Amino acid sequence: MENTKTIDTGHHEAHFDTKPIWRTFWILLGITLFELLLATIHIKTDGRFPPKLVLNGMYLILTCAKAFYIIAEFMHLRHEIKNLIMTVAVPATLFIWFIISFLWDGNSYRDLRNRYDRHHYEMRLEKAPPGEHPEGNEPAAKKPGAAE
Amino acid sequence: MAQLAPAGTKWWSGGKSPFNVEYGKLMMWYFLMSDAFTFGAFLISYGSIRFATNGWPDPNEVFKAFPLMGEMNLPLVFVSLMTFILIASSVTMVLAVAAGHNNDQKSVTKYMILTIIGGLMFLGCQAWEWTHLHGEGAWWGRNPFHNADGSVATTNFTNFFFTITGFHGFHVFSGVIINIIMLIKNIRGDFAKRGHYLMIEKAGLYWHFVDLVWVFVFTCFYLL
Repeated sequence: MENTKTIDTGHHEAHFDTKPIWRTFWILLGITLFELLLATIHIKTDGRFPPKLVLNGMYLILTCAKAFYIIAEFMHLRHEIKNLIMTVAVPATLFIWFIISFLWDGNSYRDLRNRYDRHHYEMRLEKAPPGEHPEGNEPAAKKPGAAE
Repeated sequence: MAQLAPAGTKWWSGGKSPFNVEYGKLMMWYFLMSDAFTFGAFLISYGSIRFATNGWPDPNEVFKAFPLMGEMNLPLVFVSLMTFILIASSVTMVLAVAAGHNNDQKSVTKYMILTIIGGLMFLGCQAWEWTHLHGEGAWWGRNPFHNADGSVATTNFTNFFFTITGFHGFHVFSGVIINIIMLIKNIRGDFAKRGHYLMIEKAGLYWHFVDLVWVFVFTCFYLL
């Protein structure tokens, strides 16, 4: 690393604006607080508002927004030349396919098991023995054997 | 950062980097791509298993403790603090990079120290959280938390939680080490002698990536 030949990246022009950095910071902080607010509303209304599915969708959109700002501004990718942006962005689109296919697969596996594996289906109807860890909150009373 | 090239520059005619970045920085980007796929694989397998399982613990029930607050019910507060710490340390890192562009050695030192402190604070928070959960009986292979619907949960939840946050925490740890090395090199004047602070930029890319991964870990484990 010591003897890396550097190309002329123009680091002597001595200009790097710190304003967008702080703007990005406030955006990221704002989004995180907004996510918290949503979670709090969801808890306070006993999960009625916003509905869990809508809430999750909003979380995902906000997460992608945060990721965009970190990559674009903090990692400065937005200011690189287009070819470099593309070599990073194009492979990353594979994630769209990964996420859809693997979640779909998991969901299908659960459906099939519930349909054909009686025991697996009944497991979920069985309530956990009361008192042991009602909220998962009590200190290590009966640690091991969280049953499979 | 990338010099504004005159319009019509022939990037591929040789003699310069067609991406207009230094070799090491480009390779850092590609390393981070591969790392992104590693974390992606972890998180997607987590999602896949979660979709394949009938019930799952409610994160608001599991993650509701805060240091010194005893049994108070404070869902998500502690983890939000951790998120804030990491975002703040990302900001100080960019400021260090910016100071490097201005060849301002003193400011680089100052911001690198702040970044390192942020990283250590994050690691401390994570250590507390792990200790707390371990005290409640959660660890690899055992899960004291019941599903949100009251049925008995599998150990998938704790296995994935400790594996993925552990892997992320290890990245934070290596990031802190890298930042400390950069700080020492900066104080010794290595970068000033070299005339540029590109190493700070490369360390910065890694550090922001750690922040980026945390954004996804935060969503996947604590929000969804």
